[in-house]
Amino acid sequence: MNAYHFNFCNTACVALPTGALHLPAHDVLCVSDLHLGKSERIARRSGVMLPPYEVVETLQKLETDIAATNPAQVICLGDSFDDLDAAGSLDEDMRLWLARLQAGKTWVWIEGNHDPGPIDLGGTHRSEITIGTLTFRHIATPEVAEISGHYHPKHRVTGRSRPAFLYDDQRLIMPAYGAYTGGLASHAPDLRKLFGARTIAIMTGQKAIPVPLP
Amino acid sequence: MTPLPPLFQDWFASRGWAIHPHQQQMLDQAAAPALMLIAPTGGGKTLAGFLPSLIELANRQHDGLHTLYVSPLKALAADIKRNLRTPVAEMDLPIRIEDRTGDTSYTQKRRQRADPPHILLTTPESLALLTSYEDAPHIFKGLQRIIVDEIHALAESKRGDQLMLALSRLQTLAPDLRRVGLSATVEDPDAIASELARHPDPCAIIHADPGPDPDIQMLITQEKPPWAGGGAKYAIPAVLDEVKKHKTTLIFHNTRAQAEIFFHNLWLANTDDLPIGIHHGSLSREQRERVEAAMVTGDLRAIVCTGSLDLGIDWGDVDLVIQVGAPKNVKRLVQRIGRANHRYNAPSKALLVPANRFEVVECVAALEAVKEHDLDGDPKGPGPRDVLCQHILITACAGPFDANQLYQEIKTVGAYRTLSRAAFDDCLDFCATGGYALRAYDKWKRLLQTADEQWQLRDPRAAQRIRMNIGTIQDTDTLKVRMKGNFKPLGEVEEAFAATLTPGDTFLIGGQVVRYENLKEMTVEVSRRGDKTPKIATFMGTKFANSTQLSQRILRMFDQPEWPELPAHTAEWLGLQRQHSKLPEADRILVETFPHESRHHICAYGFAGRNAMQTLGMLVTQRMEELNLHPMGFVATDYATLVWGLDPVDDPAPLFQPDNMRADFETWLSGNAVMKKTFRGAATIAGLIERNLPQARKSGRQATFSSDILYDTLSKYDPDHLMMRITREEAMRGLVDFGRIEEMLSRTAGQIDHVKLDRVTPLSLPMFLEQGRIAVAGAGQDRLLEEQAARLMEEARVASL
Repeated sequence: MNAYHFNFCNTACVALPTGALHLPAHDVLCVSDLHLGKSERIARRSGVMLPPYEVVETLQKLETDIAATNPAQVICLGDSFDDLDAAGSLDEDMRLWLARLQAGKTWVWIEGNHDPGPIDLGGTHRSEITIGTLTFRHIATPEVAEISGHYHPKHRVTGRSRPAFLYDDQRLIMPAYGAYTGGLASHAPDLRKLFGARTIAIMTGQKAIPVPLP
Repeated sequence: MTPLPPLFQDWFASRGWAIHPHQQQMLDQAAAPALMLIAPTGGGKTLAGFLPSLIELANRQHDGLHTLYVSPLKALAADIKRNLRTPVAEMDLPIRIEDRTGDTSYTQKRRQRADPPHILLTTPESLALLTSYEDAPHIFKGLQRIIVDEIHALAESKRGDQLMLALSRLQTLAPDLRRVGLSATVEDPDAIASELARHPDPCAIIHADPGPDPDIQMLITQEKPPWAGGGAKYAIPAVLDEVKKHKTTLIFHNTRAQAEIFFHNLWLANTDDLPIGIHHGSLSREQRERVEAAMVTGDLRAIVCTGSLDLGIDWGDVDLVIQVGAPKNVKRLVQRIGRANHRYNAPSKALLVPANRFEVVECVAALEAVKEHDLDGDPKGPGPRDVLCQHILITACAGPFDANQLYQEIKTVGAYRTLSRAAFDDCLDFCATGGYALRAYDKWKRLLQTADEQWQLRDPRAAQRIRMNIGTIQDTDTLKVRMKGNFKPLGEVEEAFAATLTPGDTFLIGGQVVRYENLKEMTVEVSRRGDKTPKIATFMGTKFANSTQLSQRILRMFDQPEWPELPAHTAEWLGLQRQHSKLPEADRILVETFPHESRHHICAYGFAGRNAMQTLGMLVTQRMEELNLHPMGFVATDYATLVWGLDPVDDPAPLFQPDNMRADFETWLSGNAVMKKTFRGAATIAGLIERNLPQARKSGRQATFSSDILYDTLSKYDPDHLMMRITREEAMRGLVDFGRIEEMLSRTAGQIDHVKLDRVTPLSLPMFLEQGRIAVAGAGQDRLLEEQAARLMEEARVASL
């Protein structure tokens, strides 16, 4: 099994190697920072036309994870779209694909700084949501027992840095799930200061691998 | 014969000069549409190029721009401006001369567009930028001549292709434009001439007297060169002696890292405190300018340098050139030697310093090639399409264009004369829509077609971003290095090198040892450090591959019964190899297998140059992995690849069979890091990735993502995309260099000599000391990460958190 099982704030969690988080006890799958429509937004704003395949790539990954975990609820933890226009101009077949993924599930869009408003794509729209003892929101706050995204954390042991989950005994920050996303190194002050001395990074890739943060 | 006008005759006479024959020839043929002069440095080449312009401008009133001078270096443009001012002032000619480079002020640039000088000195990139303005027709109206200096250097890179594309534009704006190229000695003048001329115009070539043959020798030292390495530290006392004996010495190195290490060691031994400076492309501009100024005033006895000093800036009285490390390429060596002794009739004096035992052989081979005037070089492929894409975007910035006209114009560029209409349309489509199989950008096309079939930018504001990204120079991502608390940068290091540093590490930059402190806003902060030896001695640098011709010379040398031309230590070494194993032969691949330190080794001598031998290493280890032979790693040099693994290989011959190798290559190529690097280069030039953004990255928060992701996405969803095709073609020629592997395969025709031994062989010995060992990736690397992570978890006792 390539996923990593761990305990966060008394909740059993499974970090999938793709960067999704599964909470089996609550039947929840959580993904963060999909940034769907990024290539469309870049073309619109700068004229540079990146390969327009990041939506396919990201949804493909999500479909596989949903099929593997079969959750009752899916939480998209903000910045699901690169901006609200990008959400609006999603291709028809991509909208249909999303609708297929949503079928039979409780789907929650948490609002992010890129997509701060309701989107016309099914599911409910929330600024945050609490499940059991855990609160899910886009950007970390001082409040604890919290799962957030936003920072796109990456970590490096040997070789290249990889997107990574970061967590200590109080908060967990998710890696970016979208195909076209950069990242912030785990040792960057803005990110590191959110965590205590005993912090674990779970590296994504072929296999989810935990490693303590220095 | 066109006589010099009296004013000019008097001026020549007042200087005590007679016009050189090649200067006269240039004057006689001044009306030719294209003309190329080949002359050694110091042969009055620049004056030969400008003389017709000066005479034309002296004789009659000319409004606006008359002559455009383009050189590969900003410094060269400034240098020429200084030199031209003398005749113009002394003859009181009514000529305004200005330069325009990345360093020219904004107001000056604006003024130049409104009111161009008679002679404008610039670089290919600044010229391309000029052609992107809406007022380009006004700027270039009436342009008569363009002088391309150091055209041999430009012709080797995409900068030359960009320049020639810009020239095709200028020719349309100024139909009377005549083209002049100035070149150092090259192996194939006709090839460069045909790129300079408007196709299919002819281009006359004028050869100046090349002067006497250089006085060039190998530096013989008391101490023997080491078995491996590139530092040439052993030769430092001998080099210092030579510096003392001469007025000014240029000490050339093949890489920046080697130059830094040598300079550091030179200073440790420089007990007489001779003034010695260092100059290379990674140093800050201030530092380079300081060295250049000291050089011009003759304050320096020696300069340790790299290719950044290759080109024809006049450094005054250089009387000795030292080349440290084998020159790898005879043409480059000859051009470097030309830096010494600018007096027209004195021979240049040069010394070669082999850095290790094998380089002794290479140096002797190179010396013979110089004596026989046997220059090397690889024929260039057709004009690169990423540069063409950029040219199309630049054209669009200047205003609406007609695709048919643009295509015809591009076909007049020598390198693009065979460009098919379909290939051109591919590039145009890429610029307009992105060129994807999935037509996703109908709403946001970059270029639109208007009602009258003209192409134009959808959003005119895009012009600013396109202009900011003009250029084809492939700078790897570099980070500035500065002292903590000090604003002035010391220089630059590659991002990949910076990523390997941890606080406390020491490294060399600008000749001093510094300590890495932290990374702050994309700048590497360091502190001063008194250590004599840096912990990390080197940062990465491009390594040149040995030219095919030089490799063949070495193979011919191996074939000799004995080697009277080699120093005794090196001849003995080759003799031992012949006695214990075999010397490699030109028409066979020698493969040695032997155990060493509980690993089984395979050493294959292919003589295909460093890049190709590296590719060979990847292919062979990939096949070994498939055969469960557990390869652990390999290292490659210009002449051989050494592979080690856990299992003995009894019959290595199938690993090197041409058919296997070609098949393996196909599978290997797609996921390769070299491909990603090549893709990044091509995609940046073609305008898919922006190098410069209107607002530079300010915070450490990374908004960008790696171009590797784009490469992976394209190979998955759109493998036939234009950028993927360009990447493939370029990698074949460049870093992957499969062309050289093909050359090796056809040369040896599957004939493999396997020699099985019980110990390391003399010729393979240096391979064990070579830097740049590559661990075999794949399952092994994931396992390594996992093991290390588990150990760290255990150590931190947080496994249960």
